[in-house]
Amino acid sequence: MKSLTVFSLLLSFSLTGFSAPWDAAISTIQKVGPEGKGNAEAARAHAELTAQSSDVILPILTAMKDTGPIADNWMRSAAEIVFEQAKEKKTDLPGADLKKFVRNTENAPRARELAFELYEKVDAKDAASLVPGFSSDPNNALRRRAVTLLIDQGKKLTTDGGKEEAATEVMIEALGAARDIDQIKSIAEHLQKELNREVDLPTHFGFLMRWHLLAPFTNIDRAGFDEAFPPEKEVDLKASHSGKDGDIKWQEFASSDDYGMIDFNKPYSPLKEVTGFAYTEFNSGEARKAEIRLGCKNAWKVWLNGKLIFGRDEYHRGMRIDQYILPVDLEKGKNTILIKACQDAQEQDWTVQWEFQMRICDETGTAILSTDRLSTPKAEVKTGRRSGKGE
Amino acid sequence: MKVFFFGLVSLLVVETGFSDWKNFRGPNSSGFAPGVADLPTELSSESIAWKVSLPGRGLGSAIIVGDKVFITAASGPDQKRLHIFCFAAKDGAPLWERQFWATGRTMTQSKTCVAAPTPATDGESIFALFSSNDLICLDLEGNLKWLRALTLDYPNASNSLGLASSPVVVGDALIAQIENDSESFAAGFDIGTGMNLWKMDRPKSTNWTTPTVLEIEGQKVVALQSSKGVLGVLPKTGSEVFKYGSGASTIPSSAAVGDKLYIPSNGLTVIKATTSGDEPKKLWSESAQRPGTASPLVIGEKVFVINNAGVLNCADIKTGERLWRTRLKGPFSGSPVATDNGNLYIFSETGVGQCVDITGEEGKVVSEVELGETILGTASLSNGGIYIRSDKTLWKLGGK
Repeated sequence: MKSLTVFSLLLSFSLTGFSAPWDAAISTIQKVGPEGKGNAEAARAHAELTAQSSDVILPILTAMKDTGPIADNWMRSAAEIVFEQAKEKKTDLPGADLKKFVRNTENAPRARELAFELYEKVDAKDAASLVPGFSSDPNNALRRRAVTLLIDQGKKLTTDGGKEEAATEVMIEALGAARDIDQIKSIAEHLQKELNREVDLPTHFGFLMRWHLLAPFTNIDRAGFDEAFPPEKEVDLKASHSGKDGDIKWQEFASSDDYGMIDFNKPYSPLKEVTGFAYTEFNSGEARKAEIRLGCKNAWKVWLNGKLIFGRDEYHRGMRIDQYILPVDLEKGKNTILIKACQDAQEQDWTVQWEFQMRICDETGTAILSTDRLSTPKAEVKTGRRSGKGE
Repeated sequence: MKVFFFGLVSLLVVETGFSDWKNFRGPNSSGFAPGVADLPTELSSESIAWKVSLPGRGLGSAIIVGDKVFITAASGPDQKRLHIFCFAAKDGAPLWERQFWATGRTMTQSKTCVAAPTPATDGESIFALFSSNDLICLDLEGNLKWLRALTLDYPNASNSLGLASSPVVVGDALIAQIENDSESFAAGFDIGTGMNLWKMDRPKSTNWTTPTVLEIEGQKVVALQSSKGVLGVLPKTGSEVFKYGSGASTIPSSAAVGDKLYIPSNGLTVIKATTSGDEPKKLWSESAQRPGTASPLVIGEKVFVINNAGVLNCADIKTGERLWRTRLKGPFSGSPVATDNGNLYIFSETGVGQCVDITGEEGKVVSEVELGETILGTASLSNGGIYIRSDKTLWKLGGK
């Protein structure tokens, strides 16, 4: 009845053109900007929202379709406070509306994540019944819950004995659903060690495995990061360049590493105070938004289609998959990717690494594969020049 | 006359009460809070007043305002969910919790975590900074007052090992050091709006130290420590008033007493700072008094330093000459704290809380409590209780 009332109210406002009492406040929060701009106005709007009844929760969640990460947090805070107030006063909570909101994947992923968390507080048992349906959810927090169930199920089938086939099937489903690195690693390890099943992790992640490498240029006193070397102006795979210790040429390198590591030290042996470049091409089936995700503990810069996307001059402070997430627009057809990786002069054993791992995926971490992606190399390949083909 | 009397009482409460623990290492970010009453000296499992479970990792200390305790944590596979909690000081009852999505990078070295900085307060608002560079201001009831997503504003301002410097409030300014190898800066933020009051480039070098607050000729000055040394700035403008350029540690922070700063530099170096722009006068430097991870602590006429071997050294503040030393149960990531009850309190990484009598000719551990969890943080003191946290638990000792 309550949800019907809210729905009717919303419909009425929508049809008649009247604005709801919270519209202005929501609009104000949607406008918060960088460097604290709009904070004072947002604080007043937040106070207005939290003075409302629980009827405002759904409009707040709905409005998160048009907010950025800063406004998301303002919205989250307002919705949580209103929810807690309503719960404390024992007034009606919009349980059915929250459930309906969660189930509609057209709503903003984060708003659905919050809606689910609130719904858990209304009806934990029914909320749990929704979880198996999240295995392909656009929100990774919800998806993670479904994958956890699949992992538990697969492990139980494994230990039950005599059910390896069923266990494998479940674990493969789990792998297909998993986007969080820890879950992917756990599933892959189980498939490989307990169920003797090969797993093509590079393809699952979308790691770029085949590159052309050019090194070493200089990086004395870390000056190489800012120096514009020839590949930064133009990539010519047939060209010879003057490197740190003489003429250098591009060479092929294909990694067979499960996590797509491209290690400059392998073709060039460990070097210090050097700069290297890696180049590849990626064919996209369509013009689309995507993310280049990079792990690298050297200073680096990345160019897509000749345009510098981002760079970072930090050395040896750690590395992990998806350490840096770079939103990009892929062009239909060929896209060129160039990475510059600088190695410094540090001599500790934890500063030997001169490497990176890069993948292309959507914002959920789902791999986007090049339309002409070759099979994952079974072994590392270091050879001379080859054609301009990349993945 | 009555008005005068009440004014005097208020003044005494403000100046000597220190029932509030407002930021990392308490008053002046220096670890010593005179006038905190009724702290336990017999630490044991019996002295645990209450403990509460925390749903996420964290090593930032609790802060206390009146009868409320505030603490942060981060949860999830990549610590992307940020939490701010408020508990009742009396019994640990949860009063409210707020959650936020991290907007910046959450990668840290495994030992530290996203909720490494200790929040700060001016007594009316809570300012919680996370390693993800999310800076969140709430009132004491948990109402959001402002947000900053500093990594969105300054995209290379991060440290892949994790940031851990805690902010401090001085007057109307919140001072934070976001120092790292790349886009390294310190800034003053308007505590009312979160807008930048000032922002300055800082040495491009990882740095986990927290600003300390000096009082020089009645003027508050913030000491920003880094590998290059210490820069003294005015909190509202960031204007430089002194510079110590002989290098300093990037892990243990300095301790301030009035216009004197005890700096982890070349062992321990003490300077007398001025606001004239002149180079501060070096009073002494003692290479034997070298702090490990724990920050130095000054109490009365003595300075205390815990070295990397877990040895507590006590030295004369006038000369740096060692008076005594005693081995504690280390190792330590947290720092010692004290009030004027003749003891200091320190918690080891192995979860052993130690109360050390520092009044005699030798230091003496008078009591211990084993909390059974890894503790990397620093205790907070408030009337009647010692607060300490792990990744999983917040304890209050004393005040039963």
